[in-house]
Amino acid sequence: MNIHEYQGKQLLRQYGVAVSNGIVAFSPEEAVKAAKELNSSVYVVKAQIHAGGRGKAGGVKIAKSLDEVREYAKELLGKVLVTHQTGPEGKEIKRLLIEEGSDIKKEYYVGLVLDRATSRVTLMGSEEGGMDIEEVAANSPEKLFYEEIDPVVGLTGFQARRMAFNMNIPAKLVNKAAKFMLGLYQVYKEKDASIVEINPLVVTADDNVLALDAKFNFDANALYRHADILEMRDFDEEDAKEIEASKYDLSYISLDGNIGCMVNGAGLAMATMDTISYYGGSPANFLDVGGGATAEKVTEAFKIILSDQNVKGIFVNIFGGIMKCDVIAEGVIIAAKEVGLAVPLVVRLEGTNVDLGKKLLNESGLNIIAADSMADGAQKIVNLVG
Amino acid sequence: MGVYINKDTKVIVQGITGSTALFHTKQMLEYGTKIVAGVTPGKGGTEVEGVPVFNTVEDAVKATGANVSVIYVPAPFAADAIMEAVDAELDMTICITEHIPVLDMVNVKRYMEGKKTRLVGPNCPGVITADECKIGIMPGYIHTKGHVGVVSRSGTLTYEAVHQLTQAGIGQTTAVGIGGDPVNGTNFIDALTAFNEDEETYAVVMIGEIGGTAEEEAAAWIKANMKKPVVGFIGGQTAPEGKRMGHAGAIISGGQGTAEGKIQAMKDAGMKVAATPSVIGETLIEAIKEAGLYDACKTH
Repeated sequence: MNIHEYQGKQLLRQYGVAVSNGIVAFSPEEAVKAAKELNSSVYVVKAQIHAGGRGKAGGVKIAKSLDEVREYAKELLGKVLVTHQTGPEGKEIKRLLIEEGSDIKKEYYVGLVLDRATSRVTLMGSEEGGMDIEEVAANSPEKLFYEEIDPVVGLTGFQARRMAFNMNIPAKLVNKAAKFMLGLYQVYKEKDASIVEINPLVVTADDNVLALDAKFNFDANALYRHADILEMRDFDEEDAKEIEASKYDLSYISLDGNIGCMVNGAGLAMATMDTISYYGGSPANFLDVGGGATAEKVTEAFKIILSDQNVKGIFVNIFGGIMKCDVIAEGVIIAAKEVGLAVPLVVRLEGTNVDLGKKLLNESGLNIIAADSMADGAQKIVNLVG
Repeated sequence: MGVYINKDTKVIVQGITGSTALFHTKQMLEYGTKIVAGVTPGKGGTEVEGVPVFNTVEDAVKATGANVSVIYVPAPFAADAIMEAVDAELDMTICITEHIPVLDMVNVKRYMEGKKTRLVGPNCPGVITADECKIGIMPGYIHTKGHVGVVSRSGTLTYEAVHQLTQAGIGQTTAVGIGGDPVNGTNFIDALTAFNEDEETYAVVMIGEIGGTAEEEAAAWIKANMKKPVVGFIGGQTAPEGKRMGHAGAIISGGQGTAEGKIQAMKDAGMKVAATPSVIGETLIEAIKEAGLYDACKTH
């Protein structure tokens, strides 16, 4: 789960990690009020959306007066911002962060991420701040430094200092930078984050080390123990169909194509998308109904697929291990009858109770095309959708 | 034969009184798995499906001499269950549970350092040695005893591959589901090493997916060490970057973990790679024919 920059900064403040002063605003009036409260000579008006690249896309403005704050707030709120991470459809700006301006001397990068190869959390840092860290990794890997963190002792002081020295942070500010990193790891660990990126981390003219931006991503599997993080979820930033799916514990991801897919198991679901593409079709979604699906869950899954206007056909691909084929068949029939089935439906069933499942489908009176294998089903639905 | 588990394996079911565990305990018993004990704290002294229940894994091991456990404990308590199995010095523990917080697994991995227990999973379908021992949630009837090993990050895709092999008359030794989480116990190289050393295994199917670099590392290992043909498949060839495809580990980020890169690594290692999941079986057959192993692998 992602959160906004201003929420990430609130979290950092709680842990004593230095960030610039700022206040969230939902309207131009609130923006002006926030600026008054900050009482600075320069303000930064920042669009709050769950995507990077906001600066380049015109989502960050420097205001030198309260009037300018109002103007920029008016301009940004309601505007659809298209960055390299939003996709061409962009994201509507509904919240702004009003911050006091900082006199920046230099920008750096600091991040925490799980390293799968070592099964450890790793601190990453670079003096090449403000740009995509992937670019730094590709173009100047010698400027990217890593510290592997032992979960028993956590990030140690010497590791944080070594990182700060490696990043060429001025010697007199190394202790401030180390304190920053130690706090950052504390947040990461205690809140079950999966990614934290501070890009840029800045050194200011008045010798502060602070986070100019804050990107957080949290482990969805750990949210059950972090009610405070869960409260920060912004449904406006998520796909409506994905939200609906998550209510029923379905794993659903919207895609651009026109063939709806319903599959059990994440690996098989991905492989089904691949197979559809291999035969020239284009999947409208990834949907894993999971292992313990009930008829009700299948019904909801079906409704979600059909709520996508782009869907011109549906392919159900089930290999029942734990999942019983008759349960799937039952769910499909109920859903098709409830929602009305206006598009072709190809069903491939294999596994436990397969014959019973096929029998139920055949006797349903619905126009369902049976497939013998995944490849057969994929070809059939691709041909039907045309 | 086969790897990791066989007809002599004595199994503990951790969390045996839960509904999923009960269902699968029945299925495993029907398959012939020797389930000698269950563990549910507070339910010690009772019995389910004729299996005695203990309060701790340690008690269960002492009383029954079990050497492997399978974990169906809910996610918030699963990391603790793994560590309990490790503490009891089992040879292996197989964790079926999905949705375990990843930082819990980071701690578990640290706890396991220097200990003897092998972990398979979490978030995996389990391990099955055909006709001998089934530990996990896979449908037993699709497996046939034979000479092909299967190792996979995905559950249902493993069933798909095994089903194709069985339909083509190619039996299997062991199928190992290593799970779809970013931090897991047994990895591809561990399973491949075991298959390489197993006399009954003549060839291996390896099923990977997007995310991480485990497939690339395995391909390099295969090139340097593997004495037997290995064919591959990578799921998620059409998955867009930045979207997590169900499994916590299945995500392309920062240009890392793409299907293209993995497929290329496999090809560079001399492996045949199935273009679609429907031809995993065919691809294996091509490979064993080229290696002159088809007749030896044909079981029915």
